[in-house]
Amino acid sequence: MTRLRLLALLLLCFFPSFAMAQVQEEERPSDDPVIEQRLAKLSKELRCLQCQNQTLADSPAGLAADLRREIREQMKAGKSDQEVVAFLTQRYGDFILYKPRVTYTTYLLWFGPFVLLLSGLYLLFHYIKQRRELIEEKPLSVAERRRAEELLASASRKETA
Amino acid sequence: MLRYLIPLGLFLILVVFLAIGLGRDPHEVPSALINKPAPTFRLPQLKDPAKTFGAEDMRGKVWLLNVWASWCIACRDEHPHLFEYAQSGVAPIIGLNYKDKREDALESLAEMGDPYQLSAVDLEGRVAIDYGVYGAPETYVIDKNGTIRLKHVGPVMPEVWSQEVLPLIQKLNREGTAK
Repeated sequence: MTRLRLLALLLLCFFPSFAMAQVQEEERPSDDPVIEQRLAKLSKELRCLQCQNQTLADSPAGLAADLRREIREQMKAGKSDQEVVAFLTQRYGDFILYKPRVTYTTYLLWFGPFVLLLSGLYLLFHYIKQRRELIEEKPLSVAERRRAEELLASASRKETA
Repeated sequence: MLRYLIPLGLFLILVVFLAIGLGRDPHEVPSALINKPAPTFRLPQLKDPAKTFGAEDMRGKVWLLNVWASWCIACRDEHPHLFEYAQSGVAPIIGLNYKDKREDALESLAEMGDPYQLSAVDLEGRVAIDYGVYGAPETYVIDKNGTIRLKHVGPVMPEVWSQEVLPLIQKLNREGTAK
């Protein structure tokens, strides 16, 4: 059984057309340029669920073609972009949107980075402040003061020379 | 000591998160249709195109809608198990033949047997869009009131059946209709 399956797989590699025996009608662009433009824009913001890292605009998958056809038809029927997106999310969920909606489930996604940034800044300032407090301010002893004055004097002598 | 423990702790937390992420299947997208009414449709039947089938024909029954196609390789893995599920008699299985050529579909049923009570033909994949199908095989459990209660993407292997699908069907079979 497994050997048979392997053979079938091998055959598929050699005859890719076998794998595409799916009914695939020719994709017909709409004759209305406005619809095509809207579709091009909208389909870049939508995910093809078959090959999840491609947009609906780029995907060659059969499902993407079907969804593009669906979107064209709905636009032709006078649906707005929002209505089309609502139609798709009702069926496929928010996952079809490349740009996630701001809802309570995505707060962490949207605002998490800012929270991290702010807490990082807080920690940084805290650390710097702590470091500064670690440095003790001690008055110079008599010997140190004399040595400092000598050094300053020798430096100014060199400058005038 | 602490200065080494804190980065180590953070690293371990990261490892746990990444490990969870690795174990999850990104193709399992939560369905938007759970607990929503199953979309209505009317499609010709595969074996007798003169007859039609629609989701509302199954009112009062708990049933399974299984999206399949002759070109779908994973469906072949699932197919033999569908007989077991059908024979258990807990729920009828209806096929939704997805974007398939009629002769290919019939041939594949003749070759592997037909576990379905009947198959409806969705030639253009329009009904599949209504059901949010994005890859065959997909299986829906629909209750007596016509509400989708479970969606499984990918073949329903015996493990999934006995742990997830069967217990749900048994529970739904005990429930009455709302009306």
